[in-house]
Amino acid sequence: MIRQKFYRGNLTFKDKIIGIDYLLLFSVLLLGIISIFAMYSSEQGKFGYYTASHLYRFCAFFLVFIAISFFNPQFWHKSSYLFYIVVLGLLLAVDQFGIAASGSKRWINLFFINLQPSELMKVALIIFLSRYYSKISIEQVTSLKKLMIPFFALLIPVFLIASQPDLGTALLVAISGLFVIWLTGFKIKYFLYSFLFFISLMPVAISLLKPYQKARILTFINPERDPLGAGYQIIQSKIAVGSGGIFGKGFLQGSQSYLDYLPEKHTDFIFTLFSEEFGFVGCVFLLFIYALIIYRIILIGSNSRNNFSKLYCYGFAAAFFSYVAVNMSMVLGLLPIVGAPLPIMSYGGSSMLSIMIGLGITMSCKIYQQDGVE
Amino acid sequence: MLNFSENIQSKSKLISRRMFILSSIKIAVFVTIISRLFYLQISENIKWRSLSDRNRLREWKTIPQRGTIEDYFGNKIAKNTQVFQLHMIPEDVPNIEELFFRLTRIIDFNEKKKRNLLKRLKKRKPWEPIIISDNLSWEEFSRLNLLLHEIPGIKPVVALARQYMDESSSSHIIGYVSNASVKDLENSKLLREINVPGLKTGKNGLEKNLNESMIGQPGLQRFEVNAFGKRIKELKLIQGIPGKDFKTTLDQEVQKFSSKLIKDSSGSICVMDIYTGDIVTMVSSPTFDSNKFVHGISLKDWESLLKNEKKPLLNKSLSGLYPPGSTIKPIVALSALENEIVSSKFVVKCKGSIELYGQTYHCWKDKGHGYMSLRSAIKQSCDVYFYEISRRLGIDRMSITAKKFGLGKKVLENFIEEKSGIVPNTKWKLQNIGKGWVLGETLISGIGQGYFQSTPLQLCLMMAQLANGGYEIKPRIIDDKYALQPITQAWREEFYNKKNNLDLPNPVIKKLYKNEENIKFVLDALYGATNEPMGTSYRSRLTKKNYTFAGKTGTSQVKTITPEQRKLKLKNKDMVYEDRDHALFVGFAPYKNPRYAISVVIEHGGTGSSAAAPVAKKVIKKILDRHELRKKYQLDLFQGV
Repeated sequence: MIRQKFYRGNLTFKDKIIGIDYLLLFSVLLLGIISIFAMYSSEQGKFGYYTASHLYRFCAFFLVFIAISFFNPQFWHKSSYLFYIVVLGLLLAVDQFGIAASGSKRWINLFFINLQPSELMKVALIIFLSRYYSKISIEQVTSLKKLMIPFFALLIPVFLIASQPDLGTALLVAISGLFVIWLTGFKIKYFLYSFLFFISLMPVAISLLKPYQKARILTFINPERDPLGAGYQIIQSKIAVGSGGIFGKGFLQGSQSYLDYLPEKHTDFIFTLFSEEFGFVGCVFLLFIYALIIYRIILIGSNSRNNFSKLYCYGFAAAFFSYVAVNMSMVLGLLPIVGAPLPIMSYGGSSMLSIMIGLGITMSCKIYQQDGVE
Repeated sequence: MLNFSENIQSKSKLISRRMFILSSIKIAVFVTIISRLFYLQISENIKWRSLSDRNRLREWKTIPQRGTIEDYFGNKIAKNTQVFQLHMIPEDVPNIEELFFRLTRIIDFNEKKKRNLLKRLKKRKPWEPIIISDNLSWEEFSRLNLLLHEIPGIKPVVALARQYMDESSSSHIIGYVSNASVKDLENSKLLREINVPGLKTGKNGLEKNLNESMIGQPGLQRFEVNAFGKRIKELKLIQGIPGKDFKTTLDQEVQKFSSKLIKDSSGSICVMDIYTGDIVTMVSSPTFDSNKFVHGISLKDWESLLKNEKKPLLNKSLSGLYPPGSTIKPIVALSALENEIVSSKFVVKCKGSIELYGQTYHCWKDKGHGYMSLRSAIKQSCDVYFYEISRRLGIDRMSITAKKFGLGKKVLENFIEEKSGIVPNTKWKLQNIGKGWVLGETLISGIGQGYFQSTPLQLCLMMAQLANGGYEIKPRIIDDKYALQPITQAWREEFYNKKNNLDLPNPVIKKLYKNEENIKFVLDALYGATNEPMGTSYRSRLTKKNYTFAGKTGTSQVKTITPEQRKLKLKNKDMVYEDRDHALFVGFAPYKNPRYAISVVIEHGGTGSSAAAPVAKKVIKKILDRHELRKKYQLDLFQGV
């Protein structure tokens, strides 16, 4: 009987409340609280502009997260193409009417918010591909005919974002999309072929890179090359992380961030600030929360009875993982510096909105996890 | 339907399988990140922590307080005084043009200073204070403080700066301080080590000689700074060690008095304690204001100092070279007696000139002095008599005695500007001029002309060593308590035996004479020169018993007098300034129980008896008046030991 009810997708409010994955919810809440404290510390212990707007955003988007959770995944399934097209439209609009800041055009003024559509594309692409592949059988996945749509659905936004230029986000969007495609059973050898193809394109790509992007890659190989210029960020970041030690310098005691040595400490380098103040123990704890969130997302996916939910959750988990991994590897000097925010922790409305939408859909998959495909 | 379902089932399995692979990769990546964190935060922690501290901490040195210079009585000659400065913090100034406009109305600030300031401003960080004015008057300073709230970005500061209290009388000895130049830094390791911006360093005189002891050790301020170098807070303050204070043997009162006496002429006055070698007075005229150099002398002032033909920057007491003229005669006489060339009874008839080796040598008195004994020859400074005994004595023996009594070598240590002068002899001439000695040169050397060159301080030392009975003394200007040189029994009794427990070095007494009677004879002749009618300085004598002094005048020719000029009987005042004779006087006082020796040199001043002796008389009176004070002060100091 109960099963019947679930199949119809008519859950009472009470059922929905019971269906929530509280561990995921509280992990996200905890991360949000940590991020507000980190933001507070980044402003030298003042409840300043960044802290305030980060707090408001987190509260607002956390509500968005809960609200989205209560929708049936069927709704997301149906509107996924529309969502993708709207976001793609916004990306095109950025290209035309975007707001330029520090040499790149990434934002669009929606009067009440400056939106960064490239961040929303991270989720939109995953939903789009999940829907597209949820109906396709394994045999068809590798056929050229079925490959055309995802190929362009992936390539167009990536190209648009890369030309903003925002190489980091473009890369992350591409990775998220490729994860989904791979999960559906796309043969590994094709990945290998295309990988080799990209390698052969490398010299061309390098010649297309902007000088600052080249400098970043050269700096990654040898940060001491230009310690006060391109290498400054990564050196100062490593100093901050390394000087944190086991237990850190203590909350509000991070001299590197307090004395403005840390670049972009609100956004991409927030993890550096955190690790300087809370040390190895704090970092491992933070990493544990992220791992827990990813684990819960995967668990929701594996408990889902329909392929759309499954694909979406796995895809989103992989994307979420890649955001965390790329950001941390970057500030620890394991990867070149690319613009990649740390989910929820970093300051930035669009990024947080995108993550919260993604988490909301995941949560709705949890609440409606017994639903099969109609 | 079942088929479709199976299809979904197998697809689901495929997705799960791939998910499992992906999860393993995720775990591997997270483990990598944790290992990286472990490596940075735990394994390499010390390295990064020290780099973080190097980022965070910046140290600034503070300027140490410079040691002071006192006179004999503990009055400050060079001290550190509060000065009122105006600093500006460029980043706090909203409108620099407006600030300048307001400043011109409050303090002495003009277009030129503004341009200079703007030039300096370009090299500075906006939060580094820059000095607008480093020496404001009290009126300017108080006006500024009153209007301070209306002018953002400026800061009135009370700082320490050098001040010289001697009314320029000791400028040559004390010297001055100024900003360290590139050359100063190159020459001094200490300065390079200290290297504090705004540090003043001694440029000459004692300020330079004692620089390393007086400069002190800089303090340290450790600040936390941000990435742009701005100081956030002070973490540590180590106070600097002030430089050593020095006491000199000078009497500032006499310095000022002497300096005023000769301020219109060019010359020098030196007074020395004949037992201790303490230099009581050493002035050089004209002088300059040391204070002007402290805050950077203006180009106009500097040029006027350089252009002045009387050379105010030269310390004439140490660096001025003059032929000793007749002041050498006591030495020549002593040398002749010591070498037993003549006895004191030896008589020569002076006819105004003497013809020797085909040349005529003139006495200063055209008519001649008539029959002269040695005593009257010294007293009346008869040149002809001295031509004769020099001829018999010879230059080499004469030079030995002159050198023994302090001529021809440096008197003080450490004064790089001091000249050693020349005491000629046959060997010297061969080495330095490359020609053999001519006998005629012996004659003019006998009256202190020719190659003879001496500094006023050497002449003073010569007189002191004659006056103390012919003992060697080591003149000094820095009063380091334990370096006193008590040499005579009288002196020892007067000062030291009163307190037997004094731990003083046993003095090495070195006699400069062979026969005590010879010294006594010369001193007696000098008494005659000042206190008996016909004596050259008779007009300048002091009649009061305790003030009686003895001495020898000297008039040294700058230019050889041609026979034509001799016929014209040109007076000094009719000649061009540069051709006029130097006027000299050396003496000692009081005649009974002498304590002080004096030398006076007035460049182009005319005759010794008319220009130098009257000055000496006034200085001697002043010195003797202050003798009891000096003695009492010294005794009080020992009572305190």
